Amino acid sequence: MTGHAIVLVGTTKGAFVLRPDASRTEVNIDGPHFAGDEVYSMALDTRAGRQRILAGRLSMHFGPGIAWSDDLGANWIDPPEGAIAFPPDTDAALQRVWQIEPAGDGEPDVIYAGVEPAALFRSTDAGESFDLVRGLWDHPHRPLWNPGGGGLCLHTIVRDHADPQTVWTAISSGGVYRTTDGGETWEARNRGIRTPFAPDPEPPEYGQCVHKMARHPGRPERLYLQHHWGTYRSDDRGDTWVSVGESMPADAPPVGSEPRPFGFPIVVHPHDPDTVYVIPLSSDMHRWTVDGRCRVFRSRDGGDTWEGLSDGLPQEHAYLTVLRDAFCADPLEPAGLWFGTRTGDVFASADEGDTWQSVARHLPPVVCVKAYAL
Amino acid sequence: MTHVRVRLAPVLAALAGGEPRLDLDLEGGATVGDLLAFLGDGLPALARRVRDERGEVRRHVNVFVGPDNIRDRDGLATPLSDGVEVTILPAISGGG
Repeated sequence: MTGHAIVLVGTTKGAFVLRPDASRTEVNIDGPHFAGDEVYSMALDTRAGRQRILAGRLSMHFGPGIAWSDDLGANWIDPPEGAIAFPPDTDAALQRVWQIEPAGDGEPDVIYAGVEPAALFRSTDAGESFDLVRGLWDHPHRPLWNPGGGGLCLHTIVRDHADPQTVWTAISSGGVYRTTDGGETWEARNRGIRTPFAPDPEPPEYGQCVHKMARHPGRPERLYLQHHWGTYRSDDRGDTWVSVGESMPADAPPVGSEPRPFGFPIVVHPHDPDTVYVIPLSSDMHRWTVDGRCRVFRSRDGGDTWEGLSDGLPQEHAYLTVLRDAFCADPLEPAGLWFGTRTGDVFASADEGDTWQSVARHLPPVVCVKAYAL
Repeated sequence: MTHVRVRLAPVLAALAGGEPRLDLDLEGGATVGDLLAFLGDGLPALARRVRDERGEVRRHVNVFVGPDNIRDRDGLATPLSDGVEVTILPAISGGG
């Protein structure tokens, strides 16, 4: 894809729109938008001739909502009644919008939203109003899901580019759920994902603390997943999972028999379904980059082998945390990579991870980074 | 008829047409819940920032009837007397 990158950065105190130059080594920073509000989810919808940025904002005092801008952030619309809320019969109240995911080109006005408490919403008017997806809300497992450190949230929505009826979601801590009938029914899809936080050594049907999941349309049967412990791959659309991250670093000596590594995000290369990236953290007890070195790990063979990428990243006293939605790729050629840290840094690579630059510093803690091309 | 004056924090007044004070006439025997429902009819952008979709006052918003926080009285059932002043303020929550 040609064009210029645009990078949406959500932080705990507002959102920023980064406009990189052609080299993607320098950025113009526009913001803060929603100053003071957490912005955990952002998306750019370029279907049907739109250039609509959507943002899931949360005021600690005045609650959550979804706002949108049709002029790349110059003006925002947050309708008086709010775009998203739980129906009265659920006796639930929206706590935070964790994910905003436009559907495919075949459904140009459909947008999904994943929220806390864990639920999926669907919009058919390009994000101006949302309805609860009842099939997942009514799932018999739902009362048995438990919150992770971030709350009980549905934070990941992965769609099947060839089949709009199929959607995967990930919930912390509920695990992966898949629908193949447009959201009417859902099945847990967590077989093989170990849960060291539970006494039974056998993986349960559900209850996994999935941190992020990713998929490339060029290899539709394959999914990648970063769990609380361990990086996993599925080659059968999520029916079964195998650990693929054991060669990556963790606390030394090893923290135990937990699958490696601990981490939050996982990103698939936009042009190569066999190339995948993670940012390992030491362990769930030490949630920072391993050995005080900031390294992105890349696999070019679907997770079978990994290489650490550090050129341009801080390698001394760098105790950074990169959260589940704070790492992404842009669709340009060559692909760019972008991640943000809890320390308010944004790093970028314009060469698929070989070299990195610091492109923003001293922002509020970064919780969301989404890159697109215009 | 119960006349109520509502005082809004500036950040909330912006959602009420910039008016820091609203003078309202409610039915006799009205409660705080009735007042917030009345506000919701005319000023939904303000109302949803004070209460969530279950109708509960948001945790970090305080509603005072005279000097009293309604959490120290009867919550949404707190009665409103004629001429009373109701103040809606963000709590001193925050941290870093």
